[in-house]
Amino acid sequence: MNKAFDESSSRAPVSQRRQTVEKTNPNDLGAMVTATIDDVTIKVPFGTTILEAARQAGIKIPTLCHHDDLCVAGVCRICVVEVDGQRTLQASCAYPIFDTIKVKTFTPRVRRARANIISLMLRNHYGECYSCDKNGTCELQKYAEEYGITDFKFGHDNKPRYAIDTSSYSLTRDMDKCILCKRCVRTCIDLQEVGVLEAVNRGAETKIATYMDKPLDNVICINCGQCVNRCPTGALREQDATDDIFKAIDDPAKHVIIQTAPSPRAAIGEEFGLPPGHSMTKKMNTALKRMGFNAVFDTNFTADLTILEEGTELLLRLKKALVDKDSSAVLPQITSCSPGWIKFVEHFFPDKLDHLSSAKSPQQMFGAIVKTWYAKRNNIDPANIVSVSLMPCTAKKFECERPEMNSSGYQDVDYALTTREMAHMIKKCGLDLPNLPDSDFDDPLGVGSGAGLIFGATGGVMEAAIRTAYEIVTGQEVPFEKLRVEPVRGMEGIRSAEVPITKAVDAWKFLEGATLKVMVAHGTANAKKVMEMLSAGELNDYHFIEIMACPGGCIGGGGQPLPTSLAIRKARARAIYAEDESLELRKSHENPVVKKIYEEFLTEGPCGHLSHELLHTSYVKRGKRIGNKKS
Amino acid sequence: MSDKRTGSIIFSHIEPFAGLNAALSKTKIDILSEVRNSNLRGRGGAGFPTGIKWNLAASAKEEKKYVVCNADEGEPGTFKDRVLLTEMPEILFEGMTIAAYAIGADEGLVYLRGEYSSFFPRLEKVLQDMRAAGRLGKDILGKTGFNFDIQIRMGAGAYVCGEETALIESMEGQRGEPRNRPPFPVNTGYNGYPTIVNNIETFVNVPHIILKGAEWFKGFGTEKSAGTKLLSVSGDCKAPGVYEVEYGTSIRDVLAMVGGENVKAVQVGGASGVCLSAGEFDRKIAFEDVPTGGSFIVFNQQRDMLGAAENFLEFFKEESCGQCTPCREGIPVLIDGLKKIRAGQCRVEYVDDLLSLCETMQMASKCGLGQSVPNAFLSILKNFKNEYELVSSNK
Repeated sequence: MNKAFDESSSRAPVSQRRQTVEKTNPNDLGAMVTATIDDVTIKVPFGTTILEAARQAGIKIPTLCHHDDLCVAGVCRICVVEVDGQRTLQASCAYPIFDTIKVKTFTPRVRRARANIISLMLRNHYGECYSCDKNGTCELQKYAEEYGITDFKFGHDNKPRYAIDTSSYSLTRDMDKCILCKRCVRTCIDLQEVGVLEAVNRGAETKIATYMDKPLDNVICINCGQCVNRCPTGALREQDATDDIFKAIDDPAKHVIIQTAPSPRAAIGEEFGLPPGHSMTKKMNTALKRMGFNAVFDTNFTADLTILEEGTELLLRLKKALVDKDSSAVLPQITSCSPGWIKFVEHFFPDKLDHLSSAKSPQQMFGAIVKTWYAKRNNIDPANIVSVSLMPCTAKKFECERPEMNSSGYQDVDYALTTREMAHMIKKCGLDLPNLPDSDFDDPLGVGSGAGLIFGATGGVMEAAIRTAYEIVTGQEVPFEKLRVEPVRGMEGIRSAEVPITKAVDAWKFLEGATLKVMVAHGTANAKKVMEMLSAGELNDYHFIEIMACPGGCIGGGGQPLPTSLAIRKARARAIYAEDESLELRKSHENPVVKKIYEEFLTEGPCGHLSHELLHTSYVKRGKRIGNKKS
Repeated sequence: MSDKRTGSIIFSHIEPFAGLNAALSKTKIDILSEVRNSNLRGRGGAGFPTGIKWNLAASAKEEKKYVVCNADEGEPGTFKDRVLLTEMPEILFEGMTIAAYAIGADEGLVYLRGEYSSFFPRLEKVLQDMRAAGRLGKDILGKTGFNFDIQIRMGAGAYVCGEETALIESMEGQRGEPRNRPPFPVNTGYNGYPTIVNNIETFVNVPHIILKGAEWFKGFGTEKSAGTKLLSVSGDCKAPGVYEVEYGTSIRDVLAMVGGENVKAVQVGGASGVCLSAGEFDRKIAFEDVPTGGSFIVFNQQRDMLGAAENFLEFFKEESCGQCTPCREGIPVLIDGLKKIRAGQCRVEYVDDLLSLCETMQMASKCGLGQSVPNAFLSILKNFKNEYELVSSNK
C-alpha cells in the first residue's frame, strides 16, 4: 500500500468527475496564465478557477453551491461574473482559466443577477430566520443582508411544502429551507461515498430526496452529519437535545454528569468568535459546572480504557494467529470507536464485521462505567443518573440509542450533544466562554492521558495504541521524538506505517522480530477503498487499521462548528497535538484511574469477563436492505 | 425520400454514400478544410461553426474520440429531423462516418429522442446494411485503419437532453443535467473523451459539401449563413410541413410559400425562440438576423399571444432540469407574472422586476435552456402591447 490519498483532493461524483481541467491541453498544465480581476492582475496556474484566482487577488465573490471540500457544481449561480469576450455571465466557481482573462466581479448586471438569484431562493425558502437553528450562521441570510434584500420581490411561501423529517436519531431534514445547492448530495455521494441523497424530479419540482423518499431512519444513512457541516441553510441539522438536558439539570432528583470528548474542546471556541485551533478545555469545564452539571468528566479517560481493551484484544488476536496458529483469528483488527464508520461497515461490508474490534467506543464505555462503578462508589441510584456526552459527532446520538448499549441495565448514555448544541446552551446561560476562568475535570473520571486526547484527530487512536502496545510488548517507549508517532499523523486520506519490534519482553516473545503493519483512513470514501483492498486480500499482512467516518477524524465531525475546511480541520488537529504535548500523562496505560479501575472493579483485567460485559459489544449485519424500523 | 420535397441542398438528389466514397479518397485535412471553408454552422440552433468544432476534436491528442448525433429533436414545433430520420437515414450515417474519418473517431452514437423509438428498427436495419456493405466496421470500404461503427442510444423524453452536455450525461447513464462549460465536449465529452455533437441536419449537409464542394455550398444563403435551413412550419397556414429555404429568406416569403394569410405573429425557433409580429416579417432567417433550429409556428389574428407565451413557459417549467437557480426558480415567477398581466392586475413596477429577472435568466442560467426561456415572454410582451394593460403606478 503506497498510494496516498490527500483529503483535499476529493473526488467528483461520476457526473462531474470528468469535468476537471486535466484533460485540457495537458501540455499546458503547470503553466501560468494572467488574470485581471477588477483591475488586479495576478498570475495563476493554468486551469485555476476564476473564484480561486479572485481569492488569491483578495477579491471576494459570493458562493453558495461551492464548497472547498467538494467538486464543482456551478448550480446556484450566485458567483457569476463578467468575463471579457463572453456573451453571458459566467459562474466563477466553475470557470477554469486557460488563457489571459479579464474579469469584472461587480458590474451592475452582476449585482442585479445576484440580487435576483437571492430573491428567487427566498421565494420558496419557507420559515422565519428567528426560529431557525442557523440564524446568524446561515449563508443565504448573510448574502440577503449583503445584497440589501429588503423584501420578497418575487413572493414568499407562507406555508410549508414538505414535512420535516425527524425520523433519524441523529439528523433532521427540513426541505422547505433547501436551496438545492446540492452540497449535501455531493458530500454524501462524493466525499463520503454513501449516496443517500440525490436530486429527484425536474424543474420547479426538483428536490433532494432519499431513495424512494423514505425517511432518513429507513435508508442507509450512516449519521455522519457531514452533510449538516456543509449545508448553507437550516435545511439539515442535528436532532436537538438541548431542551432535554436543561430539563434534567433543572430536576433536583437527577444526577446529571457530562463527559466531554477531545474534539469539541478544540473547536468550540470558533462558536465564540475565536479562530480555529484554540483549546478551550478548562474554560469549558467552568462553563459546564456553572450550567449545573453535577460532574464534568473527560472522555479521554475511557479513550485510555479503550486503548487497554482494544490493544489487548489485538495482542490476543495476534497471539491466537501467531502462537496458537488458529486460523479463526481475524486480522487485521479494525477500530470501532467511530459510530458513523460502524454503520457504514454494517451496511456496505456486512461480511467484514469480524474485523471490527469488539471494544465499545469511549463514549459507550464511559456510559457503562458511570452507571455501574461510579454509581456504586458514589452511592447514587443509576436510575437517577442522566448521562450526557459532549461529542463532535451526530452519529453518537444514534450510537446511544443502539439496543446493545444498555449493559449497565439502563441506557448507558442518555444524550449525546454536539459541539454546536453545547455552544447554544452556553450562550443561553449567558456564559462568555472565552473569558471564563479555568477549572479542572471532576474526580474520578476526569483523568485522561494525551493519548486519549489525540483520539480526536485522524491517526490518533493508532498513535495512542502504538504508544501503549509497543511499550507493553517491548518494555520500552516508542522510538519517536516526544512520543510523536509521525507516520500515522497527517491529513492524507489513507496512510500506512510499519513498526518493527526488535526486542520483546518475555510475555510477548513471539512478537520479537515481527513488524507491526498498520493503516489509517478517514472519511468513508477512503474507508471504502480500504475495505475493497481488504476484500481483495491485499491487506492480509496488516495487523491494525484505524478508520474514522469523518474527514480529518473527529475534529472534522458532523457536530462541529461551521464552517469546515481542510485548513480549519488542520488547525483543530494542531490544537489537540499541542495540548497532548503540554500534558504529563501521555500514555493510556499510565492513566492512574485506568489502573485503579482494573484493580477495584474490572479485576480480571482488559478483555476479562466483566470488561466483556460492560465494555465490549457486537454488530449488526445490516446490508442495504432496510426494514421499517429505525435502522 | 419523398418525391414531393424539393430543395437546393438537403432535398436535392444525391446518391447515398457517394459522399463517403469521395471522402475516403481525400485526406482528413482536406475534409476538415472543405467543411471549414463551406462555413457550415450547426443546424441545431446555436450555429457553432462545424469546421471549427471538428478541427478542435481532430487536434485533440486522445486515443479515443466520439462522433455523436443529436437526434433529440424536442423543440416545440420542430419535426424536420424526423423527416430526415425517416427519409434519408443513409445520408445522416454517411455524414457521421465522414466526420469520424475527419476527426479520427472510431465510435459513433445517435442519441434518439425517446418519442422516436418507433424509428429504431428501421435505423438499425440501415446500420446493418451499411455494415454488410463494408460502410461501417473495420477498414471501411477498404480504407485500412479506418474503423467506425454507430450505435443508437434512446433518450427518455427530457427536452433538456437536447443540450449537448446534458445529452452526454444522459448517454453516460446520469441524470440529464447540463455540465459546466468549459471544458467543452470537443476535449472532454462522452466518457471524458473528445466528442463532437452535431445535429442531424448538420450531418446531412456534409455529404453534399464533400461531393459538390464548399464553394457550391456557399453559393446558397447569405455571407454569414451559408446554405439552407429546414423549417418545420406549423400553425395557422394552408400548407404546414417541412421546407428547405435558403438562409436569407424573409419571414414574409416563407409565409407566402406556406399559405399563411392574415398572420398576426410567427414564433421562430420554438419555445426558446422569439415571437415576431407583422412589422418584423421582412426579417430574415439567418444566424445574423433570426436564427432558428427550424421551428416556425404561425399565429393568425384570432390567437391570444399572452396565452401562447404562458404555454411556452409552462413547457419550460416542466422541462427545466432544475439544477440552476435562475431557470428553476425564475420560470414559475414569470408564469405567475404573466398570469397577473393577463388578469390585468400587474403593476408597471413589477413588470420592471420581471424584465430584470429575464435579464438574469438570460445572463446567469447555466445552459442554453434557461438562457432562452425569457425570449418568447419578452418578445410577446414587447410586440403585443395592445393585448394587455398594466396597472399604472399612481393607481
